[in-house]
Amino acid sequence: MRQAKDNLLRAMLWGSAFVSVAILFTIVGYLFYKGFSYISFDFIFGDYSPIGGGGIFPMIVTTIYTILISLIIATPIGILAAVYLHEYAKQGRLVRIIRYATESLTGIPSIIYGLFGAVFFVATLKLGMSIIAASLTLTIIVLPVIIRTTEEALKTVPASYREGSLALGTTKLQTLYKVILPSAMPGILSGIILSIGRIVGESAAIFLTAGTVAAMPDSIFSSARTLTVHSYLVTQESGDIGLAAAIGIVLIVIILALNLSATYISKKFNKADY
Amino acid sequence: MWKKSLYFVCFTVLFTILVACSNGEETADTQTGGSLVTISGSTSVGPLAEKLAMKYEEENDVKIEVNQIGSSAGITNAISGVSQIGMSSRDLKQEEKDSNLQELIIAYDGIVVVAHPSNPVKNLTMEQVKQIFTGEVTNWKEVGGKDMEIVVVSREDGSGSRDAFQEIVGYESGQLIKNAIVASGNGNIKTTVAMNKHAIGFISFEYVDESVSTMDINGVQAKAENVLAGQYELSRPFLFVHKEDVPGSAKQFMEFILTPEGQKIVESAGAIPLTK
Amino acid sequence: MATQHTKEVEQQISKGNARKYFFEKLSSKIFLACALLSVISLLLIVGFVFYKGANPFVTGDYSFLSFIFGSEWVPSEDKFGIFPMIVASIYATMGALVIGVPVGLFTAIFLAEIAPKRVAKIVSPAIQLLAGIPSVLYGVFGLAIIVPFLQDNLGLARGQSLIAVILVLAIMMLPTIVTIAETAIRAVPKSYREGSLALGVSEIGTIFKVVVPAAKSGIMAAIVLGLGRALGETMAVILVAGNSLIIPTSLTDSIRPLTTNIALEMGYAAGTHLEMLFATGIVLFSFILILNFVLARLTAKGGH
Repeated sequence: MRQAKDNLLRAMLWGSAFVSVAILFTIVGYLFYKGFSYISFDFIFGDYSPIGGGGIFPMIVTTIYTILISLIIATPIGILAAVYLHEYAKQGRLVRIIRYATESLTGIPSIIYGLFGAVFFVATLKLGMSIIAASLTLTIIVLPVIIRTTEEALKTVPASYREGSLALGTTKLQTLYKVILPSAMPGILSGIILSIGRIVGESAAIFLTAGTVAAMPDSIFSSARTLTVHSYLVTQESGDIGLAAAIGIVLIVIILALNLSATYISKKFNKADY
Repeated sequence: MWKKSLYFVCFTVLFTILVACSNGEETADTQTGGSLVTISGSTSVGPLAEKLAMKYEEENDVKIEVNQIGSSAGITNAISGVSQIGMSSRDLKQEEKDSNLQELIIAYDGIVVVAHPSNPVKNLTMEQVKQIFTGEVTNWKEVGGKDMEIVVVSREDGSGSRDAFQEIVGYESGQLIKNAIVASGNGNIKTTVAMNKHAIGFISFEYVDESVSTMDINGVQAKAENVLAGQYELSRPFLFVHKEDVPGSAKQFMEFILTPEGQKIVESAGAIPLTK
Repeated sequence: MATQHTKEVEQQISKGNARKYFFEKLSSKIFLACALLSVISLLLIVGFVFYKGANPFVTGDYSFLSFIFGSEWVPSEDKFGIFPMIVASIYATMGALVIGVPVGLFTAIFLAEIAPKRVAKIVSPAIQLLAGIPSVLYGVFGLAIIVPFLQDNLGLARGQSLIAVILVLAIMMLPTIVTIAETAIRAVPKSYREGSLALGVSEIGTIFKVVVPAAKSGIMAAIVLGLGRALGETMAVILVAGNSLIIPTSLTDSIRPLTTNIALEMGYAAGTHLEMLFATGIVLFSFILILNFVLARLTAKGGH
């Protein structure tokens, strides 16, 4: 009897694993199957045309813009915030509040960020529907990711490093940027890469803050659409699943590359450091 | 090395803050410089505006930004000055008229009732259209089709096409059958209808292609000639609305649309030119 | 002479020290400011969304109760009731939970406990990768495969339906649940398993009676995170929900969850309508805050 139950459970475990793996790989496989024939040099580097056909280069450029601007703002702030929380702050009410705020930010759905961005950056700060408004919204979205991963990375720096450096008469600040931050680097980098993934995958928040202009952005104050928003609009407006899948392939390749580089970086740094 | 990157970081933060702060003046500059025309509004007018803009940009040193966000939002943007020109596919409401907007009819458009290509029904009376969209008729066999459920696909509340459609057909937003699928653009309605053999929806002339079948209304085919002859009732003007003090570049673009060359593009885009 | 010299040196040192201390102090202030930025952001977000969303109820004569429990949403006729959307959001999330959690959890257990090492080494990172895929793509898949399947093979009049949303959300939350639950299960000390096995309990029995209960808080966290993701998902859902304004009574009804309502009408909204979309955001926000609270309690318990 117990044997039978065990076998049943074991079968269910195998079955579930098989089902989830199968479904997830079907999705990726399907996207590749549908979209692969669309991929070409002209598709990736061609300009978009409202008449049909045309490439996705403006969307790639927009995506890169949003990544760069968000990271340029979020990375220093996130790292310094983590440094404060881990190296400077006395545990107490203030730190609890900061931690609580950071965690709450992680849980907020992106559509709420979109609402906020639309009323704050777009309307109140008069940035208009623009890449900069979307990037600032994304900055808040990725800030908790960077803070958390940096903090985790700081935790792994042995206390002896700090003590040794301080004992040599260096100041806390010197210790920080000569000893602590360099050895926390791989963790910080993987946090940044995670953030890039989050930015690339974001749709709702960008949709409401950057608008949907399908053209090469002139500047960061132009309205534009990112790859993800483009794949959504293509599906919805033209029902062109193949094209949407092709954009999907580009997105998946980008995310795959990011993940691989994250693993590579953390491995390389680990070797160098320890 | 860390010192340097720290400086770099501080610098970039400062820089971005400065850029963000100075932005207000910057956009004002580009506006008076007249190199950027910002347009937003109706998704029905949008594709036409994009095509016009593309042609116009080729010949003039102007950048035109077209944001398809819906008629109401476009009009609001034109009033608030977020966009120089608002696109509308419906007439202005009273409170919108009160805010000193100029209206320019750039073209006429017909709204086509569409269904799945496999649907044998090719003609409906206006009354039947109303009955279907308000839920009085829920099966295709009641209007001469197969025995199957009708799935109504409508635009969202606030859409200019939906307002215009409802006004002409003669029902109120609240009367729309509750389980109607709501799609957020002409293209979205077309794809939804093309994918569902039960479906009926309405789209702008420009969007019609072979993926959906079109319905005659009261026996009149949805064609430009019939709209101009006043026989096809489901039609409406495409409007550009703007404040009087928009930059010269925006005014020139609007003048261009009214030229024979501009109207030729209107025609090739599937909308109905003014000059016929 | 000599004393004077030392004095000078001392002075210089203390000057240098003063500068050093000044920078130390300044930098710690800057760090604090950065850390406070997340608090400020949160306050701004909550402030702006609530300020905008509460406006019609505070200054207008709309009643919040009839907003929550009203079943008519016709912005052009000034009727704002989101009850159908609340129900839709809850049904869709719960449905996704019922399908996604068991499958995800069992997959996690399989990968952590039963799978041959070689298999786990390939599958785990792959699933982790899938957690990073833009959710829109799940929606594209849903529209391309699930919706036509429901229409053509199950004979539904509308493929865009509650069941389609549930399936898309369940698939979408799988990677999140699997990844986090797997980590939690792997974190259970080996000694637990060894102890149980030594007592003669079978491998499967050990897994379900010892290991899984020990990883309970981590698993619960995985579920709550998956829930949050499902509740907050927008763009993937728009594509397959149908967005009808009815209170769903069966799996085959088209639905409009809270998130979808916001994204769908945001572009078209102005005035009170716009503020009502922010109010919709408040309701969604409240659900998420409750979830976060639950999550915080769970992880706090796990700490002990």
